[in-house]
Amino acid sequence: MKRLPAWRRGLGHAALGLAALIGAGTLAAGTAAADTTLNALFMKQAAYSEDDVRSMTKDFEAANPGIKVNLEFVPYEALHDKIVAAAGAGAQGYDVVLFDTIWPAEFAKNGFLQDVTGRISADDTAKVFDGAWSTVTYEDKRYGMPWILDTKYLFYNKDMLKKAGIAAPPKTWAELTEQAKIIKDKGIVKFPIVWSWAQAEAIICDYGTLVDAYKGEFYQDGKPIFDKGGSMDAVNYMEQSLKDGLSNPNSREYLEEDVRKIFSNGDAAFALNWTYMYNLANDPKESKVAGQVDLVPAPGVAGKTEASAINGSMGLGITANSTHADDAWKYIAFITSQPVQNKYAKLSLPIWKSSYDDPAVAKGQESLIAAAKVSIGLMFPRPTTPSYTELSNILQKNLQQILLGQVTPEQGMQTANTAAERLH
Amino acid sequence: MKWRRLIPQVLTYTAVIVLVISTVAPLLWLFIMSISSTPELTAVPLHWIPHQADFSRYGRLLTFAAHSAGEEFILAMRNSLAASFSATAVALLVGIPAAYSFSRMPGKRMKLLYAVLGTYMMPPVALILPLYMVFGALGLLNTVAALTIVYCTILLPFVTWLLKSNFDAVPIEIEEAARIDGVGLFGVLRHVTLPIAKAGLGTAALFAVLLAWDEFFYALLYTNDLRAKTLPVAIADFAAGRATDYGIISAAGILTAVPALVIAFFLQKTLIAGLSAGGVKG
Amino acid sequence: MGLSSRERQAWALLLPLLVIIATVTGYPLINTFRLSFTDASLTGRNVAQHWVGFENYAYVFTDPDFGDAFRRTLYFTFVSVGAEILLGVLVALLLNREFRGRTAVRALLVLPWALPTIVNAMMWRLIYNPEFGSLNALLLQLGLIDSYQSWLGTPGTAMNMVILADVWKNYPLVAIIVLAALQTIPRELYEAASIDGAGPWLKFWKVTFPAILGPLSVALVLRMIEAFKVFDIIYLMTRGGPADSTKSVSFFVYQESFAYLRAGSGASYAVTVTLTSAVMIAAYIMLLRRQSSTA
Repeated sequence: MKRLPAWRRGLGHAALGLAALIGAGTLAAGTAAADTTLNALFMKQAAYSEDDVRSMTKDFEAANPGIKVNLEFVPYEALHDKIVAAAGAGAQGYDVVLFDTIWPAEFAKNGFLQDVTGRISADDTAKVFDGAWSTVTYEDKRYGMPWILDTKYLFYNKDMLKKAGIAAPPKTWAELTEQAKIIKDKGIVKFPIVWSWAQAEAIICDYGTLVDAYKGEFYQDGKPIFDKGGSMDAVNYMEQSLKDGLSNPNSREYLEEDVRKIFSNGDAAFALNWTYMYNLANDPKESKVAGQVDLVPAPGVAGKTEASAINGSMGLGITANSTHADDAWKYIAFITSQPVQNKYAKLSLPIWKSSYDDPAVAKGQESLIAAAKVSIGLMFPRPTTPSYTELSNILQKNLQQILLGQVTPEQGMQTANTAAERLH
Repeated sequence: MKWRRLIPQVLTYTAVIVLVISTVAPLLWLFIMSISSTPELTAVPLHWIPHQADFSRYGRLLTFAAHSAGEEFILAMRNSLAASFSATAVALLVGIPAAYSFSRMPGKRMKLLYAVLGTYMMPPVALILPLYMVFGALGLLNTVAALTIVYCTILLPFVTWLLKSNFDAVPIEIEEAARIDGVGLFGVLRHVTLPIAKAGLGTAALFAVLLAWDEFFYALLYTNDLRAKTLPVAIADFAAGRATDYGIISAAGILTAVPALVIAFFLQKTLIAGLSAGGVKG
Repeated sequence: MGLSSRERQAWALLLPLLVIIATVTGYPLINTFRLSFTDASLTGRNVAQHWVGFENYAYVFTDPDFGDAFRRTLYFTFVSVGAEILLGVLVALLLNREFRGRTAVRALLVLPWALPTIVNAMMWRLIYNPEFGSLNALLLQLGLIDSYQSWLGTPGTAMNMVILADVWKNYPLVAIIVLAALQTIPRELYEAASIDGAGPWLKFWKVTFPAILGPLSVALVLRMIEAFKVFDIIYLMTRGGPADSTKSVSFFVYQESFAYLRAGSGASYAVTVTLTSAVMIAAYIMLLRRQSSTA
């Protein structure tokens, strides 16, 4: 082996050295612009399926190399617990969390979420439903982007109504009572209406829908008025429908899934439930009444409202502890963007007003879109107070006692009101 | 009078049959639910035996496809086994010497045993958040190690007390005889006490594994994904959310019980023999 | 010189246990105890905590909801542990007799106990389902009820149904412990009692009961502590409902700390629960000591 002349060796060494420097430089630059990992907390089998969320995330990662997102899905009941627990965990917690519309007040007051009002353009504000914004707003500040819009509709069994000789679904709650009576008297089904009145947030959603219909308010001049006006009318309606034998008494044990199962089994003519039930109740693999199910906005009250809707939406926010706020916002902006929302419109309706006029979005679910256009515009929020969880528990317990016949509606709501007054 | 001897026999067998039915029936029903379709389960009046047995859910739970129920189940099972067995191992390793000390060298230290038992009385709900913050700071969240540490604290009071009772029942004369022969403390433990208390050890181990296997709330809060999520949390996931399938929940339930049952059956023989060898004294 | 070598040995053997308990349980316990005297809330950013002395505890004793939860938990504890003891002893006595297939039946006994709580809770929820549960189906088909009942939806019944599910799972533990103790009783003692003319009832009290009292007490104390802090099965089966009728004290603590974010107040409830448990157990142990000294 002939030895290379010194100068060539020198050049070789220099080249090697340079290559090493460049390599190191790229490596350093690479690690400098290295992967940020975001931890995101979602809900299991919410409106979007896990697979949908994974696809959306993959699309985001493809468009944003250098950002990786870890996804975690938990049951709804655990969602609040996990956000609260993680608030104490510092940096190892979550960056992006899905939160229910009833939590921004509590989270804002306790400093769990970052204020993102400055990140949202006025343009976007105009393009999204006002009702949707109430999902993420507390004291005029925004704490996230609305993502899953949801409200309860009145589902009905077309065949049962036809059999009873009813031409059109009810527009008011009074009509609903009448139609239910007809169906019951004709022996079509024993308990025509089924609700989700278990001691859980679900009962507040049903109650809230009725309060909206009766144009009631929860608070007046900062004081609770649960035992007056629209709120009292709502409770009386619920109790009366049980007394009349029109509502399934087991409703007092049911959550939304139970309502869906009863309705899909053909054991109810009317049900109040979220968007997700529409496709499942019409799926022959899941339902005995597939093809017979339709929906309309929840009824109104003559002289007061045309329809009613409770805001059951969820939003995505950045946690206060997150050290990757900008990247987290990029992710949130991506999956709440109109193209992404339109793509997955089958499972959850978009927050963008113009999407509802898009024929691609409406395809295959025309009645849903028609109903949604009305309901989503109307969405009525539950009380926005930082002590909402406790308030809800007070209401849940008292409503249950009323519906179980342990106290009269007046007594129950007065107890609730007194307890609510003590909350600060 | 054969008659008189017959009545107790008949009563005994009747009682046994009632016992067996009441013990097995709910589980049998769980199994039937796991192989029935939802329409059959929601029929009224109820069909007790499904017309078509559907074993597909077991298939789904045991196949390892990405992001499937099977993957979640199998990995959760792995985590549960890891956490339960390591926690039990640590509990025994630490509990045996401690129990021996309490048993053979009592005195003022007995108060410590009661103190340790006292830590068992605090509701886990109260301890869970301070520990969460500590684990978070140490970077231990979402690890099997964190669960092992936490489970140790649940198992230790129980295991120590149980073992102490077992050791109390081992006759001290045998140990003293060995001591006279010049055997040291650990020698006595290893060659004399433990072999005699072997069955009691088995019992304590069984109780410990099952307690850890069972634990739900700590696992729910401290784990995020399949790197550490245990079976109880995974099953709660199946039962949550929309579109619940009773069949797969039941199948998951049966499969979760299986390892516990296997361990129990194995140790069962030693269990009865062991608890009786000297008995468990208060 | 200090401690004798035997004393030092004793401490050395205890050291690992004490270290683990002190570090892992000690810090949270002390933290909880300290928190109970403040008005701390669970916050993301550090919001000031103020020392409030015994204010939280004063509220604990006047809070009617906590009082209800307390009474309910006592009910749960005494009824479920009582049932477990009764069933456990009866079944152990049964399985101590001679009959064919005894080994198999003894093995079967492990089944309910080996079932994880979550599976147990789910299974019974499905069995109790008001619309298509198997309990309703069975009772209706046997003619014992005339319409499907809402077992977990009726305030009075719900707690009892939860107790049923819990007892079903846990009584084998008691049965196994007692059965083991029964096997240590020498046959001669029974024979001697027979010769003295004792009937079965007297035999039980004079021979059997004293022999099983020790092990039974271990089981009882353990089960009482666990029953008083019951949480998992309630979280999974009813979440405190219907109308709060199954809300146990642990669930109450959970609500205060996690749902309402009131860490200080939650801590005071937790400490109260622990002290109550300690008092109950201490009372029982003293009773036992008194009994064994007079026996």
